[in-house]
Formats: sequence, C-alpha cells, structure tokens
Amino acid sequence: MMNSLVRWVDERFPLTKMLREHLTEYYAPKNFNFWYFFGALALVVLVIQILSGIFLTMHYKPDAAKAFASVEYIMRDVPLGWLIRYIHSTGASMFFVVVYLHMFRALLYGSYRKPRELLWIFGMIIYLCLMAEAFFGYLLPWGQMSYWGAQVIVNLFGAIPFIGPDLAVWIRGDYVVADATLNRFFAFHVIAVPLALLGLVVAHIISLHEVGSNNPDGIEIKKNKDPKTGKPLDGIPFHPFYTVKDIFGLSVFLIVFAAIVFFAPEMGGYFLEHNNFIPADPLKTPAHIAPVWYFTPFYSILRAVPPMFGSQFPGVLAMGAAVAILFALPWLDKSPVRSIRYRGGVYKVWLALFVISFLLLGYLGVEPTNVWGQFGAWLDGADRATVVARICTAIYFLFFILMPFYTKREKTKPEPTRVTS
Amino acid sequence: MRRALFLTLLVWQSWTHAATESVALIEAGINTQDAASIQRGAGLFVNYCLSCHKATYMRYNRLTDTGLSEDQIKASLIFDDSTKVGDVMTNGLDPVGAKAMFGVAPPDLSVISRSRGVDWLYTYFLSFYKDESTVTGWNNTLFPNVAMSHVFAAQQGEQVLVIDEEHHSQPQLRLAVEGTMSPDQYKQMIRDLVNYLAFMGEPAAEKRKQIGSVVLIFLILFAFLAWALKREFWKEIH
Repeated sequence: MMNSLVRWVDERFPLTKMLREHLTEYYAPKNFNFWYFFGALALVVLVIQILSGIFLTMHYKPDAAKAFASVEYIMRDVPLGWLIRYIHSTGASMFFVVVYLHMFRALLYGSYRKPRELLWIFGMIIYLCLMAEAFFGYLLPWGQMSYWGAQVIVNLFGAIPFIGPDLAVWIRGDYVVADATLNRFFAFHVIAVPLALLGLVVAHIISLHEVGSNNPDGIEIKKNKDPKTGKPLDGIPFHPFYTVKDIFGLSVFLIVFAAIVFFAPEMGGYFLEHNNFIPADPLKTPAHIAPVWYFTPFYSILRAVPPMFGSQFPGVLAMGAAVAILFALPWLDKSPVRSIRYRGGVYKVWLALFVISFLLLGYLGVEPTNVWGQFGAWLDGADRATVVARICTAIYFLFFILMPFYTKREKTKPEPTRVTS
Repeated sequence: MRRALFLTLLVWQSWTHAATESVALIEAGINTQDAASIQRGAGLFVNYCLSCHKATYMRYNRLTDTGLSEDQIKASLIFDDSTKVGDVMTNGLDPVGAKAMFGVAPPDLSVISRSRGVDWLYTYFLSFYKDESTVTGWNNTLFPNVAMSHVFAAQQGEQVLVIDEEHHSQPQLRLAVEGTMSPDQYKQMIRDLVNYLAFMGEPAAEKRKQIGSVVLIFLILFAFLAWALKREFWKEIH
C-alpha cells in the first residue's frame, strides 16, 4: 500500500530521488565535531520563529495606538500567549547565537574556500536578511527601545550625503518613526523578509549539497572514493547518521532554549530590554539607547568612528563595511590549507585577536561610552571605552585587509589525505 | 529634513552622554510565591495608587491566580458598583487633566516592575524626604524632583536629607518625624506592594516556572534517549 503510493508519487514528482540526494545518499564527512551542529540548529530556529510568529500575528495589532497593548494582551489574556511570545523573543536572540557560531565554524575550518564561495555568499545574504528581520521585528512591540532603536537606525540612512534625509523619510513613511513605519515594518517582518529567507536557505542547502560539506580537517572527502561503489571512503549517509546525531544536538539546544524561555526570558535585559516595557513616546528620548546585543559589535564600530566634516557618515560607512567585508572572505584567504588544524600560528593569533575584538565591541556596544571612565590629560581625557573600541575596530578590519598577506606567507602543516577523528 | 537632522543629533548626544544611577538600589527581597503578601499588596495598590495611576492591562480577576475568589476580589478590592470583576484596573482620570494637575500624567503601572525592576521600586518608596522647595513638599533621592507626593507619609513618617559629604558619597536620609509604623513594618508593607507590582507585571510568571520544570525534565530524559540512539547508530562508524 505504502510502496504503491510512493511509486504513484515518484512517477509524478521526484520524491524518492530527492530523499536520496539530500538525505540517505548525501555523503557527509564522518568527522564532524561540535561546531557542525549549528547549521541544522539554525534551520530549526527558523522553523520555530515562523511557527511562533504565525500565532503571534493572530493576536498582534500593527497599529501605533494598539501595538503595545496587544503585546500585553498576548502576555495576559491569550491562553499560553506568554509562552508563544517568549519562544519568539528568545528565538530571535538564539538565532543569532547559532548563526554566529555557525559562521565562526566557517572561519575555523575554511568552509568558505573554493568551491564553497557561493555557499558562503548565500549564507552572508541570509545573515543580512536575518539582521533586517530582527530590526523590523524589534519595532513591533512599540516600546521605548523599539521606537528609539528604529529612529537611530533609520537616521543612519539619513547620514548618507545628498539623498540621506529624503531616503530616511522614504523608509519611515513619515518625518519621524510613526504608525506608517510600524505598518510597513510589520509587512516586511511577517512576509517580505521571511519569504526571502526561506528561498535563500533553500539555495544555501542546495549549494551545500552540490559541493559537499567541508570538515574539521578541511580536506575534500570526494578525493578518496571507493573504486567499486564510487562513494567517498570518509563519508557517511546524512540519514540516519547525522539525523540521529543532530537530534541529540537539538535536544541539548532545546534544554538551553527552554531554560531561557521558562526561567529567564528577559535574560537580564539582554533578550528583552527593560526600557521596552515603557510604551513608545516620541517626545521622550531615553537616556541610553542601546541596540539588542546581536547588533552591538557593529554599533560599537559605528560609535568608534568620529564624525568627520560635521557628518556621521564615516561611522555609518565603517559599520556597513564591517559587514560587507565578510562577503570577500573567500578571496582574501590565500592559505594553502583550509583548516585551522594545519594553519600556522600567525592565523591563529589573528583569529584570536579578531574574536576578542568582536566580543569586546559587542560588550562595549551595550554600555554607554563612559563605562570605563576617562584617560588622563595626556589623552585629552578621552573615554577609555571609545579608545578601546577604536583599537578593536582597527583589529577587526586588519584581520581581513591583511589576510591575503599573512595567510600566503605563513608556515602551514601538511594536510592528511584522509580525515582524522 | 531639519527635524530629522535635529533628531539625529539629539540621539547622538544621548549615546555619548548616558545617565548613570546615582543612588545604590536596595534589594527588595520579595517572595513571589507568597500569595498573602501579593494580596496585601493588591489592597495597598487599589487604595493608594489606583486613584491616580491606572493599570490598564491588569484585570481584577487575574488575582484569582493568588488564591482569591472572585467574590473576595469584589468585596475587598472593587469599590464601585459599575466595575466588574473582569474589568481592567483603571480610574476616571483623563490623561490631559492629570497632566495639568501633576505636571506629568501618572504612568500606567501594569508593567512598571518590568521596566524599573523590583529593587528600584522598593528603593523608591524608601527614598522620599521632606523638601519644601517642591510643589508637593516631598522629594526623592532616587527620583529627584519626582511629581508624585509621598503617599505613605503617614505610615513612614518624615525623612529629611542629611548632607554629609565627608563621610558619605551618597545622600543620607534621617527619620525626623516618626510615622504610624516602625521602619521595619514600613519596609514589610512596601515589600508587599512591590510584590504585587511584580505579580501584576507578569501574572503568568509562577505558572511559567512550574511548566518550565516539567519541560526541562522531559527534555533531559529525551536528550538521554537521543544520545543512546546516536551511540547505537554510530557503533559501526570508525
């Protein structure tokens, strides 16, 4: 019965063929480690966000006069509405956690190197969409941080020379962030960006399965095939081996996720900011506006660059460049090996400096610039945090700009021919 | 265009000059599982706060979560016949008139515990002092020149500000006129009120933790099973 049904479908749609190509006969390297959980987890979080988002949309009102109240309505009067809302707010932050770890994995093992450049590019566009999605979504609760965060980010576009101010009005649909802005951000958040995200994720996975997965050794498993079967000797079928492994990874991830949702949904003000429980007030600028933690490294870079010629545009440009430069990564890395396991010490030092700078920038972005006090008169009493942010910004960019030079010259270790465990 | 530029500058300013809290917060030490404390706090809230502040997201009958019956809520917390037990906590004050009266419309308190935090609220009620230079005759070290008067002056008594920069970096308060309560009784009363405000900020919080424990136990068992399954499948991979 089941077999004949499958045959009926197969004659009309490549069901079995697709299952084979992408699961049961997709050969993945057998030496995946901890870092290889996060791609699958990102996919799960995307599904969680879409499902919880559908239910939130059923009760949320995209109206400046009603939005804040409708969120509290969800928190109080909708049965288990608080759960759906916390799942969605926690999911937003956890999405960035897994995506940052996923991207770091690529840095560790050179997963962006030829022939996986396009895979990396698709991933980067997904990351951009994710940032847009998070930004649009953050306005919807219509709290003070929603409002002023959106105001700040839209004003960044206003800093672009000549067209900036008009562009900012065009984005907002008004002279300030207002009802029109809320409505269009809602449209982008619930349909435009998710649609793009889904398409890009499909492209990302198809591209991955075309070139095959990289692995912690950074060597191609396709180079060593069984002469009889033609299957990679170091490859194992994704299903069942990696499906069962990922289910285990997922269950550990869900423990962390549930612990946050049920016991610390605000995450001390990092996932849900305290000021966002104050309804948006266009007349009252909060004393300290900080974006949500996942944007803060880039926000720090923006703040680190001083205004030039009375314009903040250089800072905006630096922030944009900080994201854009990641696109070029596959062409900046000239090392003869992919994986950090066989690279020399120079890359390891640079990567460590880069990670420390990124984390420091992230920390400084949530704090006001006077958080560490000021230097003495010898530095004109400059804010310590600003000076550190400038140094970190320089390291951030130098990691990429100097990469062609230090990766080309460094002494690498020989790669093995077969994967190691 | 000018306006947009002005706003940009305004926001830019607030980035670089963020305000810092000048008064150290005192830990509220509330017990969110103490239903009696929340109920006493609800009584204080409807008697002392609700005449000026609203809590437009909080329904009276949500207090059934603390073990009160709807009849008890009607009898002890609702004072006019037109208010039903399923209504939200509000008052007849119109925001424009209130602004004219107080200089600022009293904020809605539904989620004040989430924006301010319970320690801030607790400290706030301990920080009022007599100051004849203000309109109300009261001031607050935590919230300087606050528009609100000290509604619990009868209970706490009158504190005065002691400036002693030699020994203390922070302003000190001294009880000059005793109230009807001892300082410890007063603190307990404020703790009850703050406990209620915390409950009102997120009425589902206790249920959330209860469900959470069950979910976590399930997930931990599930993770163990998933690990065993993975190990079984991977036996053949070397």
